Amino acid sequence: MKSRYISCSKAISEAIAEEMEQDETVFILGEDLVAHGGIFGQFSGLPKLFPDRIIDTPISETAIVGGGIGAALTGMRPIIDMHFADFVTTAMDEIVNQMAKIRYMFGGQAKLPLVLWAPDGSGIRAAAQHSQCLESWFVHTPGLKVVVPSEPADVKGLLKSAIRDDDPVVFFQHKSLFAQRGPVSPEPYYIPLGVADVKRPGAHITLITYSRMTYRCLEAAQELAGQGIDAEVIDLRTLKPLDFNCIAQSVSKTRCAMIVHEACLTGGFGAEIAARIGEELFDCLAAPVARIGAKDVPMPFSPVMEDFVVPQVADIVACAEKTVKRKRL
Amino acid sequence: MPTKTLLAQQAASLTDLSIYRHSGHMHAHTKPALHINARQKRAILKRMVLIRVFEEKAGDLFQQKLIPGFIHLSIGQEASTVGSCSALRPDDYIISTHRGHAHILAKGADPKYMYAELFGKAAGYCKGKGGSMHIADFSLGILGANGVVGGGFPIMTGAGLSIKLRKTDQVGMVFFGDGASNRGTFHEAANMAAVFKLPIVFVCENNYYASTSRADKMVSGPSIAARACAYGMPGHFVDGSNVLDVLGAVQEAVDHARSGNGPSLIETSTYRYRGHFEGDKQKYRTAEEIHAHKLHRDPIDRFEKLLLIEGTLTREDIDAVWEGVNARIDEAIRFGMEAPLPQPEDALKDLFVNL
Repeated sequence: MKSRYISCSKAISEAIAEEMEQDETVFILGEDLVAHGGIFGQFSGLPKLFPDRIIDTPISETAIVGGGIGAALTGMRPIIDMHFADFVTTAMDEIVNQMAKIRYMFGGQAKLPLVLWAPDGSGIRAAAQHSQCLESWFVHTPGLKVVVPSEPADVKGLLKSAIRDDDPVVFFQHKSLFAQRGPVSPEPYYIPLGVADVKRPGAHITLITYSRMTYRCLEAAQELAGQGIDAEVIDLRTLKPLDFNCIAQSVSKTRCAMIVHEACLTGGFGAEIAARIGEELFDCLAAPVARIGAKDVPMPFSPVMEDFVVPQVADIVACAEKTVKRKRL
Repeated sequence: MPTKTLLAQQAASLTDLSIYRHSGHMHAHTKPALHINARQKRAILKRMVLIRVFEEKAGDLFQQKLIPGFIHLSIGQEASTVGSCSALRPDDYIISTHRGHAHILAKGADPKYMYAELFGKAAGYCKGKGGSMHIADFSLGILGANGVVGGGFPIMTGAGLSIKLRKTDQVGMVFFGDGASNRGTFHEAANMAAVFKLPIVFVCENNYYASTSRADKMVSGPSIAARACAYGMPGHFVDGSNVLDVLGAVQEAVDHARSGNGPSLIETSTYRYRGHFEGDKQKYRTAEEIHAHKLHRDPIDRFEKLLLIEGTLTREDIDAVWEGVNARIDEAIRFGMEAPLPQPEDALKDLFVNL
């Protein structure tokens, strides 16, 4: 059937509506969900369709996240709305010490089928406390799966899989992508967690990226093509589980890798990928692995400063050119 | 109205034990469970003795270095725990604390799998991955002991919400201490439980010491039970060394929750005879204080005396309870000791359901 062009927001509400329709244990818990379908309108239409299963809470992130855990342990399949990803800090004990560990430390007795849905990233000029990309913290916590989608079709298929998954999934939805449109099948479908997607095939350099930076890498690839550099763009889509095979196949071919993420560079997930490429693909590398991330400062408010801190298309192009130039034969 | 707050009275009582009668205080609950029959009373005694013997022997095993890590014992608090859990049905939920052996036993756990867990054995409740502070049995509604002080409140809020969404008449009971009553998690969970009218009973076992810190120095307000008022839920202070007083108060709270009226808070005044953990030097209190509690407020001693006076049990009956429990615990320890260790590589299992 022919795909329609819909936004990420629409993909989110469709994914949740389909899952809620077929499973009455699915519900959403969080702040300010009912009046406007979430503060970004991402759940538009759902409060009308499922009035008892979209639950507005007091401003109590600890009890919201802990509440999701308790509900998941007792037969429900909650989606916890984090409001802004930045607010995970107010529920870190619940996420790190409880959600990630309960199944393991109780010897596998329990399952926690829950989605921690967290809108992250910059671009709405919201400054230091509402713009962060914090995925590395959770990839570094065994017991959590981490999803970082870009295009609407992936958002829908991955969110449906995350809801169906019996393990806790931290689902980062980039705020600047809510209005981003793309082709999405009208038929219900799932995209499994842990499968990366080659968004653009290329021969000279592999750009490994995810979330909003996928779009910037695709734009950069187009510019690079004008200079005779053929870049392959891999959208990881999930960081845990990580599809390293996809990276290995691509890097074996291009012999040159560059990682691009919006999270700040130091200690970012790019470091992990670079290390693994170094360990496992050293023999096929023709140039050092390059990384681009945000500069290591809290997000500044003024748009000129924000744009300076966050990787831009020009930064990606420049770094790719430099890396390709260093390739040895 | 009394001029002294309960916390101040309780502090005074560390030398003068009279306040535990706490008659006439606005929060005191003075309706002991009188409806229970002789068979139930025997079962209550047996559970308290089971916990006492389990804990004492765990302390001995720890001293013999047979239990790795560290353990927190609750000897002296048996009435509070057994009284509370005796008000629950098998399908009700509890969440326990780092000092959790007693709650888990009171909800029906098998001591042999608990000892196996304490020894780090594969046959333990959590296959040796949890240890003393993290024991759970989901089939018994035990959603786990939690190693983080105050970690249980938000999780029980979710279990309560789940009960409401699934439209069952289960009840959730979350145990905590005087120390945890100061966590922000308590405030968030109490408020949310109250606004959503969740079927939750908050049971604060005030043993008067949060690790080394006295409750009257760390808890503001007249009592912990009094905090219930701020959330619009019932709150009662009860003598935690009297098992029937505890059961009476908690049963009322459980019935309140089960009939859809929302959460309650019960504060039991209790006392731990051992340190915060085994090996604790306990410089924060005197030997005389501990001795006075053992002499005048021992929950098992008090209950046995009551049963003898009532004529519910004879001395021989009581001796038989102790003998039976001792034999069961010895067998459980043997099971735990003989059980094989896990394979080191088992450390890599049980993280995810699907991966």
